[in-house]
Amino acid sequence: MAHILLRHRDIPDIHRLEVYKKNGGFAAFKNAVTNMKPAEVTDVVKNSGLRGRGGAGFPTGLKWSFIDNKNWPHYVVANADESEPGTFKDREIMEGNPFQFLEGVAIASYAVSANVAYVYLRGEFWQLAEFLDEKIAEMEEAGYLGKNLFGTDYSLKLYTHLGAGAYICGEETALLESIEGKRGQPRVRPPFPPSYGLYGKPTIVNNVETLTNVPLILANGAEWYKNMGTPDSAGVKIFSLSGRVRKPGNYELPFGTTFRELIFTHGGGVQDSRKVKAIMPAGASSSLILVDDEKVLDTPMDYASVRTLGADLGSASVIVVDETVSMDWLVNKTVHFFRHESCGKCTPCREGTYWMSHLTERIHDGRATKADVDLLLIVAKQMQGKCLCALGEFSTMAVVTGIERFRNDFEKVVKA
Amino acid sequence: MSLATKYPKEVKQILSKYPPEHKRSAVMPLLYLAQREEGYLTKTAMQEVAKIVDITETDVAAIVGFYTLYHDKKEGKYRMQVCTDLPCALRGADQFMENLCANLGIKVGETTEDGLITLEAVMCLAACDKAPVFQTQGPDGIKYHENMTVDRTMELIAALKNAGGEAK
Ligand SMILES: Cc1cc2nc3c(=O)[nH]c(=O)nc-3n(C[C@H](O)[C@H](O)[C@H](O)COP(=O)(O)O)c2cc1C
Ligand code: SF4
Ligand code: FES
Repeated sequence: MAHILLRHRDIPDIHRLEVYKKNGGFAAFKNAVTNMKPAEVTDVVKNSGLRGRGGAGFPTGLKWSFIDNKNWPHYVVANADESEPGTFKDREIMEGNPFQFLEGVAIASYAVSANVAYVYLRGEFWQLAEFLDEKIAEMEEAGYLGKNLFGTDYSLKLYTHLGAGAYICGEETALLESIEGKRGQPRVRPPFPPSYGLYGKPTIVNNVETLTNVPLILANGAEWYKNMGTPDSAGVKIFSLSGRVRKPGNYELPFGTTFRELIFTHGGGVQDSRKVKAIMPAGASSSLILVDDEKVLDTPMDYASVRTLGADLGSASVIVVDETVSMDWLVNKTVHFFRHESCGKCTPCREGTYWMSHLTERIHDGRATKADVDLLLIVAKQMQGKCLCALGEFSTMAVVTGIERFRNDFEKVVKA
Repeated sequence: MSLATKYPKEVKQILSKYPPEHKRSAVMPLLYLAQREEGYLTKTAMQEVAKIVDITETDVAAIVGFYTLYHDKKEGKYRMQVCTDLPCALRGADQFMENLCANLGIKVGETTEDGLITLEAVMCLAACDKAPVFQTQGPDGIKYHENMTVDRTMELIAALKNAGGEAK
């Protein structure tokens, strides 16, 4: 099947404006601005079943419909922070198919009557930001951005904004604080961004992949999109496959594709033909799925089915862990990440990740006792439900499921 | 020379991205600009950025302290930031780092004797399918180096050195 998002793999040079245009580019945006009311655009997206690709899976059209029309101006912000360990899809989209992404930002902006939109990129995407700046300039030149677009009174400006190395800035309210020139710490919610966002104004924040779907949904219709994937998870998804597989990379597949197809048909199977021991479907924030039965691999990858395995699909960053990996090592890695990335605003997360990292290090070094493993589990469970943002919660997922589902790996390395 | 006199065009362009009443938003891009030449932020540079966007020096220092890509100390001319996060570690990143340290004769966090390279271990860089991977942060910005070997890394370092990379 031809790609819907990673179209640069089928169409050479689609990153060039004339090539993108020749392949239908900007027709959806032009049609929306000249022939549709903003609410009609939102309705198409709502009916397509598109859900956010940043992790939470929130229905995109519904989010857009929450924009507060009593408070102005409105903003759209594209979340290109992409910092979840195991996630590398947004980068490929922006590098390979930048105009489809930017057209998605433009359509979203029209749908919520925003005249300014920002693309927030993680600081490491420094070269990519320069590249997008060039693409934005080309769009201005060609009349797809700027004042009185297509002879209407709708105007739109796009800008990039670079972060500077902080995973927490992927959380949408921390991201908004960061654009405002502050430390990237999450806000207390509610209010949510559609009523109180950038500069306190109504703002829609969407992931890069989410927005890149939008031009083709408008061009081909809601039904076309809805017919792909599963009833609960419409459309296609880019699965970032990493870890112990022969061919790691991005694979764009319909929702509902099985883990087996992703790992074996596309990913070439496990390195050295070893067995899959565990899968993390949502990067380092995942629960560890125990693969003790081959049948687990036949689970379809959609939001509802993955939940039956005691995990969330999240950003669909599938990390494959083979039988040679011990979970005490793995959990030490994930906890180290979250300890480093905790923004420090709330106590359970700041202190909890600190204590967990001490314990995982002791356990991994072989200095711990069985009681330390129990204590680690208690600390993690104590944190759950008490943190200001989801990062705190994320930090406990691999710990709790690691100990509960792979207890042997921990008991093996502790002192008697 | 001050930032505003040295880079008038850049400063103006950065400020134009944000509503005039929210020029504080320009603080991050201005800090990148100020850091460009020396590789770190001097106290004077931070004071100046504070003045341009009309916030206190303490506010600027808090931002510099919060984000890992801003630096308030002079280190090597290039920071070599190797990803050792979980997905890369599953593909040999820790071993790569160890071999690189042995070749450079330094530990993680240290700088080579000639002042060219500071070696750092960092979190996921969104290139997990291309491990081992690192970035170089230096005068010419931030660049990716993917699917690396120790040999190719040593060649890159030699090239940086020849390109006038020797630190003063
Ligand atoms: C700690 C944390 C990190 C996040 N990182 C990202 C990220 O890198 N990219 C992203 O799109 N969303 C990220 N999110 C989710 C955003 O908060 C937000 O839900 C998302 O950008 C909304 O877009 P969507 O509805 O299109 O998914 C993160 C959330 C949390 C709690
Ligand atoms: S949970 Fe962690 S990252 Fe989130 S606000 Fe609290 S300290 Fe910050
Ligand atoms: S874990 Fe190294 S780039 Fe993602």
